[in-house]
Amino acid sequence: MIAIRWFKYSSPQTFYPLAGRLTTWFGALAALLAVTGLYIGFFVAPTDFQQGEAYRIIFIHVPAAWMSMFLYLVMAMWAAIGLAWNTRLSSMMALAIAPTGAMMTFIALWTGALWGKPMWGTWWVWDARLTSELILLFLYVGFMFLHAAIDDPRRADRAAAVIAIVGAINVPIIYFSVKWWNTLHQGASVSLTRSPSMASTMLAGMLIMSLAFWMYSIAVILKRVRCVILERERNADWLREPGATA
Amino acid sequence: MSWENLGTFIAMGGYGGYVWGSFGVTAACALIEILALGARRRRLLRQRAE
Repeated sequence: MIAIRWFKYSSPQTFYPLAGRLTTWFGALAALLAVTGLYIGFFVAPTDFQQGEAYRIIFIHVPAAWMSMFLYLVMAMWAAIGLAWNTRLSSMMALAIAPTGAMMTFIALWTGALWGKPMWGTWWVWDARLTSELILLFLYVGFMFLHAAIDDPRRADRAAAVIAIVGAINVPIIYFSVKWWNTLHQGASVSLTRSPSMASTMLAGMLIMSLAFWMYSIAVILKRVRCVILERERNADWLREPGATA
Repeated sequence: MSWENLGTFIAMGGYGGYVWGSFGVTAACALIEILALGARRRRLLRQRAE
């Protein structure tokens, strides 16, 4: 029964109004979580004994970096499903994720530079973590450019899917780069196997901000996939019915 | 964390430029993304109406 309900939402026609309703809810959750996370980050979490107030960049740097990697994997997954089963909504999801993923990657790099300058004395180094994250940005941009360069959208979906799938190998490289190579970037502050190496209020602020980034990403991606559906299904009969575009 | 006044909050212990540069650009990115999506949707709906 559940499987049948899921398939119901695999067509653009039924997913379009659902995505509209979900956007509102996830957007509201994102705002609520961001306000809470920023309050904890700036007014509850203490000053770091080593880094002073500069460490507060962590409250956006780590969530953005996590999202940049996670969104890439989700994008590659949808692209692969679209490639394998020729389901057009899957490919539309991949296309809708790419800009937000690229933005998260840019934010991770930007905040990393602004954090690196006071702490390491440099905006940028070509170490494994930073370089592989930069490659992630190029993969997102390459995915979008390739898709835009091919006129037939279904062919564009398939070609871009190949980049997305091949590029997914970069995500574990980013994640484990601080272990595999000797990098200037510090190791993971949070892992599943040991207790986090930071104060509990700092951790709480970071996790709540991460949730806010999640909710934000879901909201804007659903909003964007609605635009993609409007563009690509513009001649479909269901969109001609009154109220269909709401 | 209690800040003495608005000035110390903005100064961020001498790291104000780095901290606010990070948070400001992030907020700007989110705002631009939301506004751009709104504009894209309005443009598409207008095209349909024509």
